[in-house]
Amino acid sequence: MPELARLNGITKSFSGIRALDGVDFSLRAGEVHALVGENGAGKSTLMRILGGELPPSGGQVVIDGKPVHFHGPADARRHGIAIIHQELALAPDLSVAENIFLGELPAGIRWPELRRRAGKLLSRLGFDIHPADPVRKLSVAQQQVVEIAKALSLHARIIVFDEPTSVLGTGDAERLLKIIRGLRDEGAGVVYISHRLDEVFQVSDRITVMKDGRVAGVVATGEVDTDGLIKLMVGRSLKAMFAERAARKVGAEVLRVEGLEAGRMVRSVSFSVHAGEVVGLAGLVGSGRTNVVRVIFGADRPDRGKIFLHGKEIRVHGPADAVRHRIGLVPESRKDQGVVLPFSIRANSTMAGLRAVVNRLGFIKRRVEKSTVGRLAESLRIKMSSAEAPVSSLSGGNQQKVVLAKWFHVDCDLIILDEPTRGVDVGAKTEIYGLIDRMAEAGKAVLVISSEHQELFGLCDRILVMNEGRLMGELRPDAYSEERVLSLALAAGAPAARGAR
Amino acid sequence: MDAAVSTGGEARRRVELGDVLQRFASVAILLILLVAASFMSESFFTVRNLFNVLRQVAGTGIIAVGMLYVILTAGIDLSVGSIAALASVLVAYFLGQHGQVYSVALTLLVGAGLGAFSGALVAYLRMPAFVMTLAMMSIARGLALIVSRGQPIIVENDPALVIVFGAGFTARVPNPVWLLLAVYVIAGVVLAFTRFGRLVKAIGSNAEAVRLSGIRVPRHLLAVYVISGVCAAAAGVISTSRSGVGSATVGVGAELEAIAAVVIGGASLAGGRGGVINTFIGVFVLGIINNMMNLAGVPGFYQGVVMGGIIIVAVLLQQGTSYMQGR
Repeated sequence: MPELARLNGITKSFSGIRALDGVDFSLRAGEVHALVGENGAGKSTLMRILGGELPPSGGQVVIDGKPVHFHGPADARRHGIAIIHQELALAPDLSVAENIFLGELPAGIRWPELRRRAGKLLSRLGFDIHPADPVRKLSVAQQQVVEIAKALSLHARIIVFDEPTSVLGTGDAERLLKIIRGLRDEGAGVVYISHRLDEVFQVSDRITVMKDGRVAGVVATGEVDTDGLIKLMVGRSLKAMFAERAARKVGAEVLRVEGLEAGRMVRSVSFSVHAGEVVGLAGLVGSGRTNVVRVIFGADRPDRGKIFLHGKEIRVHGPADAVRHRIGLVPESRKDQGVVLPFSIRANSTMAGLRAVVNRLGFIKRRVEKSTVGRLAESLRIKMSSAEAPVSSLSGGNQQKVVLAKWFHVDCDLIILDEPTRGVDVGAKTEIYGLIDRMAEAGKAVLVISSEHQELFGLCDRILVMNEGRLMGELRPDAYSEERVLSLALAAGAPAARGAR
Repeated sequence: MDAAVSTGGEARRRVELGDVLQRFASVAILLILLVAASFMSESFFTVRNLFNVLRQVAGTGIIAVGMLYVILTAGIDLSVGSIAALASVLVAYFLGQHGQVYSVALTLLVGAGLGAFSGALVAYLRMPAFVMTLAMMSIARGLALIVSRGQPIIVENDPALVIVFGAGFTARVPNPVWLLLAVYVIAGVVLAFTRFGRLVKAIGSNAEAVRLSGIRVPRHLLAVYVISGVCAAAAGVISTSRSGVGSATVGVGAELEAIAAVVIGGASLAGGRGGVINTFIGVFVLGIINNMMNLAGVPGFYQGVVMGGIIIVAVLLQQGTSYMQGR
């Protein structure tokens, strides 16, 4: 197979700090080459150099056997290189067709022609998306498909996916992987960056592992297993990620919901969570998991149903009410909902419990706040230069620990975590699992949403599976398996395609 | 290894330099202006003239504090100039019938009420702040014209508000300047040291994260518009106390001057960034520019053009420093 791209000895420094150090990478036509490694290992930087978004400090980019110098992404695109970023770059108010052909719209647009071409590309990808719909109306998965169609419209032969499935549920991820295989079979070279190792094994032909800006190893996919790969990434194996624990002591009921209804996404949901218990909420993205916890936390209004806390019915009119009832939420999107990025670690950590550190006139007791945050940071092992540093200066994992610190500070009875380890590197994941364990041990009721089944298996005493707004079933540890979760998540007249809505 | 450590240190220093420039860009602008002014006119650097500058900006300055609070939450308040006009007219009207304390208090209360109205619609009904306060701008100016029947209201009997407060000095400092300073000190302390101040800034940075931390965001939003309304009303009262006349034409364009001052002070219209001291500098810069042009005899028509040019330069300087930070 011909070699499409080769990166020779690439180095890249950002204001003196070396992000890439002599990295070699090659991509052949008709292969999926996975790129894995912890956050900050240099995967995205390497691909941004391939895509012409960053100039390398040293080394050579070779396309089709010829050395090239890109003067920007447009240059790379002309060489058939497309990068599909984690954060999608679509114009939400323009139509699907306009987005696909955004870079090459003629001065006079012939709409029917444009829509016809867009429709052709989309159906080639196996998705039924209407070219005239505004992108705003699409699910995340569908938006990703639009990005892919955009790459195809430019006749890209080298396509880089930067963590495409991190925001997708299992069903949508499956379909994306199918598209990627299709692209490969048509002779494209695909680079696939992901934290989800099971997918890497499913889809890739070769795997390059990066660590600290260098290549830690290049392996053919069949020659290594998950544990081996994780060892390459961190020098630690998967089984070590979950602490060996004694059976949890499950106490009295903390939360009970009965017949909760909210729009199409929450339909007669009833369940309970006990003190000292970790309950998982599984299902595809869009199955209503997030909607259920948002209703419990008061972020959305229920249409019907009752919420009981410690056996007493409560009404939650907003997050402020929830916090008053000692309920905490670690939301789905860390940067948009979890932290105030430019604010200090100190100010973020006390955000939910400011009343505990102010005097009667509303003045913040600096010394009390500082020592409180110092204790929290130590106990949660937040790696920081100082509590005064902005949260934006922290890695994803440490940012998430700051969100957790917020709820450790106010000491709630029920804590809800929505995708607590999304976009977090393997090292920090382990620590977050440890913290969730600690909360359960301290007698809190814990409700965890996750799209990573292994994560739920490792953490939870029970797993509830949702589909189309309904609870489809409950699994106990002896019944944990990917197949059972999936069969419940996809059960009863609910094709995967509709799960994304 | 050693090399890596030392280059890392260099990077950190560069970031800090950008940080320092960002923080002190407005100070730098002020210093440049002060030096330029002292070359242009000998009478500039007299205590008398500097206090004169401050007295002239007292009203705008107080408005700018309220505006800063609103802008910190990523909002905007276009109604301040009109509310100042209404307050100017109302306080003159009330003084004809009631005592001074009562008149001033009632006037400030009206400012608070109009601010609360805008704030409630912005916070609870999610009206865009720009549109809501644009409407209030029109309403308040209209009310001012209705109350005054389009005529200036002359304050009779020269009450203490006019003689002592508006025209008087305490320890050789004009009284409105004392008020200006007091407002800035209080606003600065509240912003830096209280729960409310922190939440105002946090809401401007990421309202959703604040809401999901269990904080009632709407009431904080409502509060900043009340503060802005009271500040605007206070500016209107100052105007009447200085001239002895309540007029519905007071404060035309004051909202833009206040926004300019806040922006020259380095605040971001996107919310979350800005400070009281820098806003004060922004106000002072505006005052000095006006004063310089008067001393230098720049004809009135040209002053607006020069002012606009200087605002552009000032903001470019701010952006230049944040650009350096971003790199």
